[in-house]
Amino acid sequence: MVRAVSILYAALLYGFIFLPVAVLVLFSFQGTLFPIPPFNGPSLRWYAAVLSDARLTSGLLNSILVAVVTSAIATLLGFLSAWGFARFPLPAANLLRGLITLPLTVSYLIIGMGLLIFFNWISLPKSLMAAGIGHVVINLPLCFAIIYSQMGDHQANIERAARDLGAQEWQVLTLVTAPMLWPALFASFFLAMTFSWDEFVIAFLLTRFDTTLPVEIWNLLRAGLNPKTNAVGALVFGVSIVLAIIFELVAFRKRAA
Amino acid sequence: MSAFTNNRIGWASVTPAVLWTLVFFCVPFVAMAVASLYPKGADGLSLANYTQFFINPSYWRALTNSLEVTAMVTVISVLLAYPFAWILAFVVPERWQRLALMLAVLPFWTSYVVRSYSWLLVLAEKGVINSALVNSGFISEPIQLANTRGATVIGFVHFFVMLLTLTIFANLKQLSPNYAKAAADLGASPLQSFIHVILPLTLPGIMVGAFLTFVLAIGDYITPQILGGNNELLMPQLIMMQIGRRGDFASASALSIILMAVVTVAYFACARWLKIERA
Repeated sequence: MVRAVSILYAALLYGFIFLPVAVLVLFSFQGTLFPIPPFNGPSLRWYAAVLSDARLTSGLLNSILVAVVTSAIATLLGFLSAWGFARFPLPAANLLRGLITLPLTVSYLIIGMGLLIFFNWISLPKSLMAAGIGHVVINLPLCFAIIYSQMGDHQANIERAARDLGAQEWQVLTLVTAPMLWPALFASFFLAMTFSWDEFVIAFLLTRFDTTLPVEIWNLLRAGLNPKTNAVGALVFGVSIVLAIIFELVAFRKRAA
Repeated sequence: MSAFTNNRIGWASVTPAVLWTLVFFCVPFVAMAVASLYPKGADGLSLANYTQFFINPSYWRALTNSLEVTAMVTVISVLLAYPFAWILAFVVPERWQRLALMLAVLPFWTSYVVRSYSWLLVLAEKGVINSALVNSGFISEPIQLANTRGATVIGFVHFFVMLLTLTIFANLKQLSPNYAKAAADLGASPLQSFIHVILPLTLPGIMVGAFLTFVLAIGDYITPQILGGNNELLMPQLIMMQIGRRGDFASASALSIILMAVVTVAYFACARWLKIERA
């Protein structure tokens, strides 16, 4: 009895969770002009339309650029600060750690608003760089928290051993600490990339002509329901799943090792 | 190595992150607070943007709309996700659990903008649901599903059911099976054991998930804008409207600060409640 009800309930929830994605992907293969029933297809014409749309492809490249660069910066700053707090007795460390994690509690819209007004004041024009600065702000607390949580005492001993053997401080950091923490660095970089890749409102507020893929998709929505939007959505979904599987495999292999 | 060099290296490694947060998070926040005090069109310092909020009923309405929608989303998501997580943790055989959970959160990987758009495909006037209902003869005319508060709630619930299923699942798996066994030994029925033992033990985890849902939902612009349309405005839509349509940065700043204050109040309400629970 419990089993039957459970199976029914789980089936309903899986249905609810998958319904919009299934509709999205199905009608991306629509042969006619509207992504609504009845389905006439399959056709690849909308995928061809997406790949020949210069705005979408440049948005895609911009998104990749912003995601990679900002995640690298956020991971680097997060790593350095996590190491500093874990290894050196600094005054007001609690307060400063709290400061670094503070942006986690504020919504993206408000962070974007603040930067918009600030950049306006210092006359920094809207650009990919402006949006990138915002992406580092939202991802730094996350990267810091992930890496800081993995800084254990046994690693401090290995670092001390390296110093005793004559390593300079920067050598300890790059040749000993970073390789030891590689799973945490990888997780932090990857997570930051996912958030940056999907972020909309900050990029929307802080970019103008050259913009990221989520903003370009948003611009497409003005045309209403359109199979082209389905196609680009399905492509993004496909790429994200491939990335998720890679992450799963790499993280899993590390854990098994 | 002397304590002095030691600390110098420590400071050098934490300074970039601290500076970044100060310059690009704290200073902009102060800039926003200052900007909110200089209303557009008025000369000099004024609280008009804040008093406006309490005088103008449409502004006040945006806040109550936001609170109503967010409360509804939080409650419905928890109620739907809890049994689902429980089934995944205790009914699904152990070796299938990882796969079942991964499938349950797969649509997480669609882009955020696209996820809301997908619901539009389902709920539109000629969308999947209306077509199915009309073709099967249940209704003769399409009913309005998109551009309603209901559509906003559905879009939000879809996302947060996945998020909460993940957190509650993790919570349930952490519980030692001995709790349930002990309850059974002492004569509790499975239902009694659930209500008096399992549920209270997972309550703190549920509260954390519910708080996260509240914070993320109340600050979100995309879902209400795409699915709810402009029939009724939520706070983030009102804020964006001040910038986009009216170019009124001062008013948008004041509204952002009010929104942040609401979230902070919720945080303290929640934090206190959680501590009482744990004691």
